[in-house]
Amino acid sequence: MSDAPAPSPISDAERDELRRHGILLTSVQEIYNWGRSHSVWPLQFGLACCAIEMIAASMARFDLARFGSEVFRPSPRQADLLIVSGTVTKKMAPQVVRLWNQMPEPKYCIAMGACAISGGPFKQGYNVLKGIDRFIPVDVYIPGCPPRPEALLHGLMQLQEKIRGQAIAGPDAPPHLRDDVRGDCTVPAFGPHDLIPPKDPSLWHPPVIVRPD
Amino acid sequence: MLPPLDELRRLILTTVPAATVTIVENPGPAAQHSLLIGADHALAIARFLRDSSELRFDTCSNVTGIDWPEREVVDVTRTEVPNPAGGPPKVIETKAKRVVPGCLEVVYHLYSVARKHGPVILRLRTANRADQVTLPSLTPVWRACEFQEREVFDLYGVRFSGHPDLRRILMWDEFVGHPMRKDYVEPDDYEWEPTPHDEVLAKAQRHYPAPPQERLPDA
Repeated sequence: MSDAPAPSPISDAERDELRRHGILLTSVQEIYNWGRSHSVWPLQFGLACCAIEMIAASMARFDLARFGSEVFRPSPRQADLLIVSGTVTKKMAPQVVRLWNQMPEPKYCIAMGACAISGGPFKQGYNVLKGIDRFIPVDVYIPGCPPRPEALLHGLMQLQEKIRGQAIAGPDAPPHLRDDVRGDCTVPAFGPHDLIPPKDPSLWHPPVIVRPD
Repeated sequence: MLPPLDELRRLILTTVPAATVTIVENPGPAAQHSLLIGADHALAIARFLRDSSELRFDTCSNVTGIDWPEREVVDVTRTEVPNPAGGPPKVIETKAKRVVPGCLEVVYHLYSVARKHGPVILRLRTANRADQVTLPSLTPVWRACEFQEREVFDLYGVRFSGHPDLRRILMWDEFVGHPMRKDYVEPDDYEWEPTPHDEVLAKAQRHYPAPPQERLPDA
C-alpha cells in the first residue's frame, strides 16, 4: 500500500519549517486520516486461541491503547476493525460475514493467525474455511500460530499506515467513498457438505500455479 | 468407598434383575475396566447409580462415542493328534474366521462428588451401525449429558430416545453424514491448493484441469 500523500503545493521541508515556527499546515485528507488511524475500534470478537493473544495485546503489558484501539466494541455497529482471531469453521463463517456486513464503513479486516489466513493446520479438514479472505476483503494478514501480541501490534501499525495512505477522493478512494463498489459481502448458505458458495468469486480466486505434467 | 466392579455389578443386578451387565476388561496398563449395560434397562440402572445412598453418582463428567466397524476375527484352535510314528504328539491348528458385527458405542464416565469416588464407566452399544442405532438417552438422569449426547448424535449418528432436544451441535443442521464414523468419506470439495501434494493433488487435478501451457521455445 502506498503511503504517498496527495500532491501538496508546498514541500515537506517547507511544512516542517513552518511547524518549527508553530504554524501547523495540513490538508483535510491528512488530518482526516490521522484521526481515523488513531481511533480504530476493533470488534470484541474472538474465535479461537488467537483471541487469547488479542486479549493479551489489549491488556496492560502490551497496551493496545497506545495506538488508540483499546475500545473493543461489543456491537458491530460501533466497530471499525474486524480482527478475525482464530479458526473460522464453516458453521461460523456466515456469522462472521454477517458481522462484517453490519459494521459501518469505513471498516477494515485483519486476518490474525494461520487459520484465519488459510485454514492453518485444519486446511485439509471438511469443516474449516480455508481462509476468511474467501468471503471478506482482508487488509492485513498476520501470520503465526498464534501470532505474538507484538505481531498484532505490528499488524495494527501496518493498518494505520494503510489508512494514512488512503485518498479521500479520486480513483484511489477507499470503497466507502466510491459508488462503484458494493459495501456488503455475500453471506454463504449451509449446504449438505460445504458452504454455498464455498467462496466469493468476486473476492477470491485460486492462485494460478503451473503444474508440470 | 467405591465397591469393586464385580460388586457393583452384583448391586445393579439385585436392583434391576432383568438387566444385562457385563464387565469389559481393559487389558492396558490403565486397567480401567468398565460396565457394558443392556440398552433396555439403562435408564433404570442409571437411576439406581445416581439415587443409591452409598453410590450417589451425581456427576456425569463425560459422554463419548466409539465406532466399531465390522471386523474379521480368526479363531485358532489347537488339537493334539498322537503321532503314529511315536514321539511327541502332533499339534494341528485349525483356523476359523468369523465376522464380529459392527456397532456404535456410547461411553459415560460417572463420578460422585458427594461420596468422592469414581469414575465408573458405562458402555451402551447399538445393535448395528446402520438402521438400529437407537439408545436410551441418560439426559433425564444427568442433565450434563444433554450437549454431549447431541455431539455423539452429530458425529456418530446414535439416536437417543428420550433426549429433549436432539439436534446437531457442531455441524450445521443441513450437513449430511456423521464425520467421526470410521467409514466416513470426506466430501470432495477441495479447492485449489497453493502447494498441492498427495491426495490433495489428486483432488485438485480432478477439479481444476491443468491450464493450457505455452510451450517454451527450444533453446
